[in-house]
Amino acid sequence: MMELLLPSLLGGIGVALVAGPLGSFLVWRRMAYFGDTLSHSALLGVALGYALELNINITVIVVCISMALGLVALQQQRYIANDTLLGILAHSSLALGLVVVSLLNDSRLNLSSFLFGDLLSVTTEDLITIYAGSISVLITLVLLWRPLLAITIHEELAEVEGVKVFWVRLALMVIIALVIATAMKIVGILLITALMLIPAASARRWASSPESMAVLASILGMIAVCGGLVMAYNFDTALGPTIVVCCTLLFLLCYLWPKKSV
Amino acid sequence: MPDSLLRLNDMSLHFGEKSVLEHVSLSLKRGEITTLIGPNGAGKSSLVRIALGLLKPSSGEVIRQTGLRLGYMPQKLVIDDSLPLTVLRFLQLAHRSNKSTALNILSMVEGQHLAKQAVQKLSGGEFQRVLLARAILRKPDLLVLDEPVQGVDMSGQRELYRLITRVRDEFNCGVLMVSHDLHLVMKQTDHVICLNRHVCCAGLPENISNHPAYLQLFGQPEESELAIYTHHHDHQHGLSGDACSDDSHEHDGEEK
Repeated sequence: MMELLLPSLLGGIGVALVAGPLGSFLVWRRMAYFGDTLSHSALLGVALGYALELNINITVIVVCISMALGLVALQQQRYIANDTLLGILAHSSLALGLVVVSLLNDSRLNLSSFLFGDLLSVTTEDLITIYAGSISVLITLVLLWRPLLAITIHEELAEVEGVKVFWVRLALMVIIALVIATAMKIVGILLITALMLIPAASARRWASSPESMAVLASILGMIAVCGGLVMAYNFDTALGPTIVVCCTLLFLLCYLWPKKSV
Repeated sequence: MPDSLLRLNDMSLHFGEKSVLEHVSLSLKRGEITTLIGPNGAGKSSLVRIALGLLKPSSGEVIRQTGLRLGYMPQKLVIDDSLPLTVLRFLQLAHRSNKSTALNILSMVEGQHLAKQAVQKLSGGEFQRVLLARAILRKPDLLVLDEPVQGVDMSGQRELYRLITRVRDEFNCGVLMVSHDLHLVMKQTDHVICLNRHVCCAGLPENISNHPAYLQLFGQPEESELAIYTHHHDHQHGLSGDACSDDSHEHDGEEK
């Protein structure tokens, strides 16, 4: 059993590691819907990868980043609010992705494995992609931690204090796109945001600093991945959704557990 | 003008067709407190954002002293409850400062006891003092305060004004402050500018120590940090806020 599950376990842990800190930023910046938008657009990236016969990881990253850039461009106008823009982008790109997939009619393309994840078929090559992505995201997060927190609190104050707000915000969007591209394999396009948001939200109740929340979110995400694997193996359930169910159970536990002080 | 920290020369701003500021000129000097007053929509916030370099004027000049360090206290800062953040940590975000510098600055605004508290749990007055501390952490040459006493009770306002004066004296910095109140400004203000798209009038706040309404409101003048600024306009505003040539006193840009 162990040899069979080891690649999946390593892949899941690699994703949960960065999903925690990044998910914390999504929670703090109220960007939950932004995460959804990017992950929904990932399907378009997959479809394009098959259509153009390119590496799917690369086309997904390119589509996610263009979506993030497109959003930045759309945010410059003053007529439509952010959540509406996100709704437009999320559903247009998901629909476009589904249309392209049905046009391709490619038997190699298993739609449900992209929508709900296919962790059990993780290859060594996938693991390399996941860890290369995760480590570069972690390094970027550490380097940009203080400016990222500063713009989360107040963008104009940060700008007066010398933070290059536009670039930091762009960097955040790019690393979210990177994580989605790498996490897609694990939990699937429809549930990636859950792996980022739920552990971060669970960690909030027990955290006393931004850093402790990020680290705790990582740990909770890894526990959910392990628990999900064990449950999916024993009960023969779909892995991605099982991991998310584990996240939700942990969330409930975190908030129902009695807390003595404060 | 060597002692001018920041100077605006015949500066105008418009968003598309809409004119926000027209031919505004002003000069901010070291050690001087300038208070900006004016009705809603007068362009106070836009003027502040231009002074901070966050917004570019459509025409006119903005001349900053080279190497000018700015301290900024924004008008509304709401930190999401989901972010666990202590006051000390909030201050350290401004600057790669060590703990003792941050604590020193915090004690300067009489908030050393707040250091370990979560920012979301502070009262309105406490939070404004912490914001002031953050603005002065970088030892600014020019301190820009956007409605620093809004939402703070009267005794808290007095406290804040006293601290702002102390900061000015200690750092010998210039202060540009937006007041939320049309008629009450900080007593130590050296210069009041009344803005309604253009500079309506400017001058010294009157000495109001004998004003009966003032005494009734705030008690003994020597205890107070507030002064009343009486407007002397030489023109009138129509409904649109445009200046009309009339010498009677009409201010708000709204019909009376």
